[in-house]
Amino acid sequence: MDTDDDFMSNVSSEDDMLPDDSDNDLSGDEDFGFDDEPDAYIDSQKEIGHKKKAAYDITFKVYQPSDVLKQQTELIDEVNMILDISKEEAAILLRYFRWNKERLIEDYMDRPSQVLDAAGLAQTSAGPPKMQVIPGFVCDICCEDEPGLESFALKCGHRYCVDCYRHYLSQKISREGEAARIQCPSEGCNIIIDARSLDLLVTAELTERYHELLHRTYVEDKETLKWCPAPDCQNAVECAVKKKDLDKVVPTVSCICGHRFCFGCILNDHQPAPCELVKKWLKKCADDSETANWISANTKECPKCNSTIEKNGGCNHMTCRKCKHEFCWMCMGLWSEHGTSWYNCNRFEEKSGTDARDAQAKSRVSLERYLHYYNRYANHEQSARLDKDIYHKTEKKMVQLQKESGMSWIEVQYLNSASQALQTCRQTLMWTYAFAFYLARNNLTEIFEDNQKDLEMAVEALSEMFEKPIAELADSDLKVDIINKTSYCNKRRVILLDDTAQKLSEGLWTFNTELTSLGANGGSSARR
Amino acid sequence: MASQNKRIAKELAECTSSPPPGITVTLPNDSDLHKWHVTLDGPENSVYAGGRFGLVVSLPADYPFRAPTVTFATRIYHPNVTNDQLGNICLGPLKAENWKPSTRLAGVLEAVRALLAEPQPDDPLEARIADEFRAERQEFDKNARSYVQRYAKGPVKFDVAAVGAAAAGEGGEDKKGAGGAATAAGASRSGGNTASGP
Repeated sequence: MDTDDDFMSNVSSEDDMLPDDSDNDLSGDEDFGFDDEPDAYIDSQKEIGHKKKAAYDITFKVYQPSDVLKQQTELIDEVNMILDISKEEAAILLRYFRWNKERLIEDYMDRPSQVLDAAGLAQTSAGPPKMQVIPGFVCDICCEDEPGLESFALKCGHRYCVDCYRHYLSQKISREGEAARIQCPSEGCNIIIDARSLDLLVTAELTERYHELLHRTYVEDKETLKWCPAPDCQNAVECAVKKKDLDKVVPTVSCICGHRFCFGCILNDHQPAPCELVKKWLKKCADDSETANWISANTKECPKCNSTIEKNGGCNHMTCRKCKHEFCWMCMGLWSEHGTSWYNCNRFEEKSGTDARDAQAKSRVSLERYLHYYNRYANHEQSARLDKDIYHKTEKKMVQLQKESGMSWIEVQYLNSASQALQTCRQTLMWTYAFAFYLARNNLTEIFEDNQKDLEMAVEALSEMFEKPIAELADSDLKVDIINKTSYCNKRRVILLDDTAQKLSEGLWTFNTELTSLGANGGSSARR
Repeated sequence: MASQNKRIAKELAECTSSPPPGITVTLPNDSDLHKWHVTLDGPENSVYAGGRFGLVVSLPADYPFRAPTVTFATRIYHPNVTNDQLGNICLGPLKAENWKPSTRLAGVLEAVRALLAEPQPDDPLEARIADEFRAERQEFDKNARSYVQRYAKGPVKFDVAAVGAAAAGEGGEDKKGAGGAATAAGASRSGGNTASGP
């Protein structure tokens, strides 16, 4: 993907896009071609001065609420024209087919009546929905029969009074949060209420809620769309990465609100670690089992009273503090049975003894290994948090620096860039440790560890410069150093991510755990 | 929704004047149309034949827009009814997402009776009983019949207090004192279940 041709075409297409971008600010990304990246990403790439498509880059688009609405309208219009059915019906059909237009058209052409039936559409073609007063009508829900009672029926002809219809719809919409599959109130009738009929019946407030729910189901129905999980963000992100490919790629996307997240699992950016490792790692860290591991690695139980004992030095002759039982730390046998061979526990050589020792040693090694990675992971997590605090101070720093050194706003922007780089790189570093924990050792791991080391050293160096007092920051040499280090950090991060993503997509990494995601089917199990 | 009582009154009239087979409906409190007591005769040719089962039907305030709750007041050994004092039933049409305002209680009650004639082990509330129903039918039949003998003979008790009192009177009953409180809690809890949306 990252040939020179690609590189060139990418540049030129981006240039083409630029005036367009500035025209309609952030919303204009519907014309993006397949090899373009949305604005936010380009921005961060520009900063690094790197425009080649890296192995970890994936194609995605960010849609604002109006774009999402527009997409739906376009699909509905298209189906409406091709199949010659009303827009409301087209919408219901599309929802039934989870917005898969091709399949809908194909199926509909093959067997229209079955498709209509299954989607909950009537076969009859009646006029537009309207409320009617029918003499002698009795509402089957409330049993009201007064003359002049307004009634309504969907195309299935099940007629109820308007009051009952309204009550039914508001119950469904406000209490049950249902919209796309509200059926006719008649028992056993699966005809779906269309938006037009609904608009006719309920209050504006409820209509708004109804459309909001429909809007939500559109994104939820499509596998390629996901809501940005940032608080109060209303945008949706489109990405073609499938769930089954998550062992090959870490699909990190970035919303125009600035939030970077993984399209696969919706968690915050966790490159380079694949989703499944992240899930395992987080579970492992949250698990108390590591405490148990420590206890099993470092302690034994008194053979008599079962108190947990940590041996803190000295010889193998143990006397339990609690019950005064005397035993051998090696074989756990009675000390009195050892006779004179105090320094050499014979039973220690027995198979059971060596097995027990091996198990303990293994457990200890595995714990140490875990702690090695965990400490580094946690350290970067904490540092990233601290860096975030610093970020808030950065702005003050920048203002202060302007005053003291007479630099302009633009001239102090390098501090902002440095702060951004620190946070992003720490986020990456943090996950490299989780990644490394699951990595089986071979010659590839060395390259990975070198990359990790380079990035870590660069980040720590930058971090140190960044925290210097204002007086020193004003020094123009330091400014150049910071700018250089910032760009170096970003480059090292790109190199590391590129390398890991490349090898991940080629399946070159060997992990000491399964990478296939368990329970691939989501929560959409059929309800009766 | 002034006309809401009209619907309930009409349904009640239908259920009392021409009740579905094996079903008797009464109101424990004439001024409260939202609480029904139903006596269900165990269907012939089923293991429940000869038993009389009490059902408590509670209609929510916005009935028929929300589903009623139906619980067994009489203990019953059945894959689709909880084997406890609560007597909760798993019945498709009563689930919030399946309920339609046009569904009639008579139909619901007939469905409950049909459930006695034909248990649905594939959709169980009591997995153990369902397994037994499938794998050891004779054992199931025996257990179900013994429950009928123990609980479903004689006058049907609906009232929570009466159930507790009767149990105490018979002497051989288990968990007698707690019976009243447990059933009361069960009624309100099952109400909550139906209210929760999907």
